[in-house]
Amino acid sequence: MKKVLLIIQREYMVRVKKKSFILMIFLVPGLILAMIGIIWLIATYSSDLNKPKTVWLINKSDIFNGKFHDKSSILFKAEKKSIEDAKAELRKNEDDFLLVIPANYSKPDAVEIYSEKKPNLNIVEEIEGQMNDISTGNTMVKQGIDTAKLHAISSDISIDAKQLTDKGEEDSSVGAAYGAGIAGAILVYISLFIYGAQVMRGVIEEKTSRIIEVIVSSVKPFQLMLGKIIGVGMVGLTQFSLWIILSTGVSYIAGNLLIKDKIPPAKKEQMRANQPIKVQTTPGNAGVPQSPAMGFYNSLKTVNFTYILSCFLFYFLSGFFLYSALFAAVGSAVDSETETQQFMFPITLPLLFTYILSFSFLINNPDSTLAVWLSIIPFTAPVAMMVRIPFGVPGWQLAISMVMMVAGFLFTTWVAARIYRVGILMYGKKSSYKELAKWFFYKE
Amino acid sequence: MLSIRNIVKQYAGHTALDDVSLEVERGQIFGLLGPNGAGKTSLLRIVNQITAPDSGEVYFDGQKLNQSHIDRIGYLPEERGLYKKMEIGEQMVYLARLKGLSRDEAMKRLKYWFEKLQIEAWWNKKIEELSKGMQQKAQFVATVLHEPDLIILDEPFSGFDPVNAELIKDEILELNRKGSTILFSTHRMESVEELCNSIALLNKAKKVLDGSVKSIKNSYRNNTYFIEYSGNKPDLSGSQPFTIIEETQADDAHTLKIKLNANASANDVLQYLIPQTSVNRLQEVIPTMNEIFIEKVNQIKQP
Repeated sequence: MKKVLLIIQREYMVRVKKKSFILMIFLVPGLILAMIGIIWLIATYSSDLNKPKTVWLINKSDIFNGKFHDKSSILFKAEKKSIEDAKAELRKNEDDFLLVIPANYSKPDAVEIYSEKKPNLNIVEEIEGQMNDISTGNTMVKQGIDTAKLHAISSDISIDAKQLTDKGEEDSSVGAAYGAGIAGAILVYISLFIYGAQVMRGVIEEKTSRIIEVIVSSVKPFQLMLGKIIGVGMVGLTQFSLWIILSTGVSYIAGNLLIKDKIPPAKKEQMRANQPIKVQTTPGNAGVPQSPAMGFYNSLKTVNFTYILSCFLFYFLSGFFLYSALFAAVGSAVDSETETQQFMFPITLPLLFTYILSFSFLINNPDSTLAVWLSIIPFTAPVAMMVRIPFGVPGWQLAISMVMMVAGFLFTTWVAARIYRVGILMYGKKSSYKELAKWFFYKE
Repeated sequence: MLSIRNIVKQYAGHTALDDVSLEVERGQIFGLLGPNGAGKTSLLRIVNQITAPDSGEVYFDGQKLNQSHIDRIGYLPEERGLYKKMEIGEQMVYLARLKGLSRDEAMKRLKYWFEKLQIEAWWNKKIEELSKGMQQKAQFVATVLHEPDLIILDEPFSGFDPVNAELIKDEILELNRKGSTILFSTHRMESVEELCNSIALLNKAKKVLDGSVKSIKNSYRNNTYFIEYSGNKPDLSGSQPFTIIEETQADDAHTLKIKLNANASANDVLQYLIPQTSVNRLQEVIPTMNEIFIEKVNQIKQP
């Protein structure tokens, strides 16, 4: 046991001291910082981007007279000049628009809008909407319909998704669960490959540098394999923990520095108004228009990060043990990394299959029979379960899956160790599946 | 010290060791000889518990070989290698600790050895920055650092230049004087005669010869002598007490290789020759281990 600890220590230190490891640690929080920066830039300059556009109006039809109302993004102004003069004027003010409404406005394409730049779709839609409302209202009045009554009975429905759980009703944001599911699946998939490959490369390195015989004259091959797997797994854990800590820290500090201070006072007030009101009521206060960023921020709050993170760590670790044992066996069977292909593909196939499926099927049907089975079979569970977890997984399914994961990695470690102990001492032999099976049944 | 009894080891399709038994006495330098593929490395791996025999047993100090003996054995494999990206000092400490030394003890001993082999300036260098000879020295240090009772060396001199090979040979002799038993495999016969007390010869998975170097050589004596003389050519027409195997002449020096007749001795030869010519040299021809090795291996090849 003391020797396994020594091996773990070496495997860990060698990797943690690498420049690439240190670089990676700062790269991810750096990316998050950059993302916050971009959001901040957009927020800061959004007032410029959303500067109200002036629409000059040449109106030949009575019914629209004075009926247009200004919005935060559009200001309507009457144009007294002729169309030709107005067009010439427009050339000078490139942000302005010129709206020409002929008397027979209802003919298709009769209404025209001119601008120096390409007209913004939102503006065109806004104008169309207003004109339709005005025109419809006008027609209704002509037909003797009371528009005031009509407005009173028109409904404005928005669905607030709530999920029944043990704790009572909970707000569930399907969008956030979607995002968390996909992110979890991608992260688990990529990290299983990255760290699994590190184990494999480590085994091949020991084999090609021929130090293996020195080591196995001091420790049992199984101890070496175990030490290597645990050591690399701890490197992975360290990396993830540092990422989580640094990212949280970075986004907290950056959030305080940038977002809070630079947002215009009006918005700040609005945010303050939102904050004491908990998630529950957010969808309800429809009076305050929500910016998409605020909506995203609020929906993130509906995701239970601690729960997802602990599940991620469990499935990363157990999945890593399961696959890296197999990767170690593959590494022991070959003389160089180029030879690993034929073994790698079948081993990673279940993972790849689930990964591809997760984007199309699993994320849309997280409670389907297939999804449940995939999240219980140890080879596919890490990815499948990470997709399902944000949508909520029954406790018994999670328990079965976790037990299966542990059983799964014990099994693969046992199988891999039997191949490994023979493989590491074999040189120059082209290994095949038949060969591996033979090694498996060697006595010692 | 080490008793190897009836070891059989089979790999898929071929037998690596076929009923091999050896006795290595404490304090000996024991040479394991044999052509390539004879099974030397397989046997050494079994003694190191890297692989297990199909049948047969190994006893270490009277006890059946087990994990507790690992720290008392030092092994230098034929295929040398160290972690290329790791610093040499750190790596030596690691290997020593795997053999059960404490960190402090390992550092102390390493300092001694690095100074002795004049590689102390390389402590912080990575293995890949060192010359091949330097790596070999470092690996030798790693093998003996924990002062094992039994040192097993697989082809210890391969890869060393003559100067370093001599250095390592001296170190092996010194370790032996300090009490370590040494078991090494080689096919460099001259090192066997210089170093070994006893040998065993393996060929095609079988032990074909073993015993002390002296007794083996004695058993291969066959009354052959080498004579160098100058001056008159003696009468060699048939009355002499020997038969001539080989005769050469260069300038003034004549040489003869002879085999004694039955019941004749070297003295008889001298008595016969001295009145006739001036004898410069008479020497018994004892076969070298190399000759014995080749003879023995060829004998088996052509039954």
